[in-house]
Amino acid sequence: MNSKSKYVAVPYLAWMVIFIVVPLALIGVFAFTTTVTCDMEGNMLTDEEIAEYEAYCEEEGIEPEYTERTIFTVQNILDVSKYSSVLINSAWLALIATVICLVIAYPLAYMISRMFYSRQKLALMLVMLPMWMNFLLRTYAWMTLLEKNGLINKFFGLFGIGPFDMINTQGAVVLGMVYNYLPFMILPLYSVMTKIDDRTIEAAQDLGANGLQVIWRVVVPLSMPGVATGITQVFVPSVSTFIISRMLGGGTNMLIGDLIDLQFLGNAYNPNLGAAISLVLMVFIFLCMSITNQLDNEDMEGVLL
Amino acid sequence: MDKNKIIELKNIEMEFDGERVLKGINLDIHDKEFVTLLGPSGCGKTTTLRIVGGFVTPDKGDVFFGGKRVNDVPPYKRPVNTVFQKYALFPHLNVYENVAFGLRLKKVSEPEIARRVGEMLELVDLKGYDKRGVNQLSGGQQQRIAIARALINNPKVLLLDEPLGALDLKLRKEMQIELKKIQQRMEITFIYVTHDQEEALTMSDTVVVMKDGTIQQIGTPQDIYNEPTNAFVADFIGESNILPGIMHRDRLVEFAGNNFECVDGGFDPMEPVDVVIRPEDIKLVPASDEVLNGVVENVQFKGVHYEIIVKAYSDTWVIHSTKAPEVGSVVGITLTPEDIHIMKKSDVKKVNYFKSDYDDAEGSDIEQQI
Repeated sequence: MNSKSKYVAVPYLAWMVIFIVVPLALIGVFAFTTTVTCDMEGNMLTDEEIAEYEAYCEEEGIEPEYTERTIFTVQNILDVSKYSSVLINSAWLALIATVICLVIAYPLAYMISRMFYSRQKLALMLVMLPMWMNFLLRTYAWMTLLEKNGLINKFFGLFGIGPFDMINTQGAVVLGMVYNYLPFMILPLYSVMTKIDDRTIEAAQDLGANGLQVIWRVVVPLSMPGVATGITQVFVPSVSTFIISRMLGGGTNMLIGDLIDLQFLGNAYNPNLGAAISLVLMVFIFLCMSITNQLDNEDMEGVLL
Repeated sequence: MDKNKIIELKNIEMEFDGERVLKGINLDIHDKEFVTLLGPSGCGKTTTLRIVGGFVTPDKGDVFFGGKRVNDVPPYKRPVNTVFQKYALFPHLNVYENVAFGLRLKKVSEPEIARRVGEMLELVDLKGYDKRGVNQLSGGQQQRIAIARALINNPKVLLLDEPLGALDLKLRKEMQIELKKIQQRMEITFIYVTHDQEEALTMSDTVVVMKDGTIQQIGTPQDIYNEPTNAFVADFIGESNILPGIMHRDRLVEFAGNNFECVDGGFDPMEPVDVVIRPEDIKLVPASDEVLNGVVENVQFKGVHYEIIVKAYSDTWVIHSTKAPEVGSVVGITLTPEDIHIMKKSDVKKVNYFKSDYDDAEGSDIEQQI
């Protein structure tokens, strides 16, 4: 590398430091600290001591005076376990949404990748078209569709069935995830599948593979990198979403995203706990992804062994 | 009817996007025959092969395997296997699994697979490469794996689509010999597609010369070379001088301002014809009034011989000789009657002396200059 090209990287490095490394470090700091109340000498006070002091001040008719101190603690992290059911629920719904996306996207991506080139472009545009619309608008649209007096129930009403409770259910949340994140599954799958040479597929047919055997023995193993990417791209936003669950889940199905949102912008204001939950979620996602990548790698190498 | 006829193509026609790529192909292929489909790019040779393989269905006409019509039989049910142009190995499988692919689909037992894969790898001289990834192999090695992968299924017919196109010259020569050996040892039919006339002549029992979706000539390599049916074949198979001539009567032809005795006949009196003369058949002698004289325009050393361009009368001649005359000198041209091949007039006019024996290793087709 010559000396000039070294400097080309500087803006990117600066960007990464300012907008990735620093915020991550801040989350870490928040997650492992808490603010405690101290007396004027800086000694930490227990709840009883504060109550005692306040009672004393009231008797004397003086204003209680405190200082605050930030201390290291693992309590926030431990507190996250109280919300483990929310985390599990989020992961479960995200998993269902990811599986549904994979099931829908895989055959679709395969079909698109085998079309004539001009049609491929059209099909891809149709896949991406909803993404050009605002995310909130798309989700609002689903609200009006799924509502008790929504279009779908009205349609069923014509035949004297329903109304069904569709909105404010876990099903509606999963639907919202699938609808919003499906393109993120289709695109990586399409991009690996389109790289599979037609001749490779013909070679499999030539060697006696019928349609299903071609898919199973050639297309699936060769598209594993796309599967891994697709799973990541659907699972990660699904597991941490809060808009979808709030709009389509009606707040009754709290997800981990909602919980974090509540700690920063909601009533339960507690940035330290919010940071701790975020950190736990990050670690969780990281573990999930390394498992996914492992599967992918093993698939590619398992056959080499 | 020939009883060892194994594949028959009858009146095959094919159209892609409104372009007729095959215009009535009739071809019989026999058991244990090495057939080469030879022609310039776009002549329909690969399409013909793909029709035999079952990858495309002809618009018109029928394909018979052993007397049975197989137009609608999908590739995986046909008793043929293909070696693809760029090998098309499975990149996610190692050498062993690539070769074993066909047997696994047939649910052959594991020890049997191991035995036959071993045999095949030995046949293609890649013993001990079982565990290698296919992308770690050289082009020549990948080619051998592709051959082994196809042959392990004991096909009656092996289809090869320009299999040596991507190899360098030396490797290509070696593989030509090896392929011929394999074909003889396995005692099966090879249908081989190439644009390389030298390759076709070296390996084939039968050469099928194609142009613009039609078959120009079917014959042994010797027939094709020595008795081309038209100027196109003559020009495509090796280099040729193609001169305009007039057939005065049987065994007398006029060209280059002179009358020549020849061995052909059966033309109308005074019929315009193409006169085809191989460059190596022409003898250069000192200039004299007895012979056709010409001026040497260019001399190029080609290894075994010199390629000499001579302007004589109004024609440009390509002559191969082991002796090099000086550029600008006047030489005499002599021909024996057997060297003069008379053909019905066709649209091939230009002598294609730019064509090198081998194009680059990319496997691109020779562009005919017609």
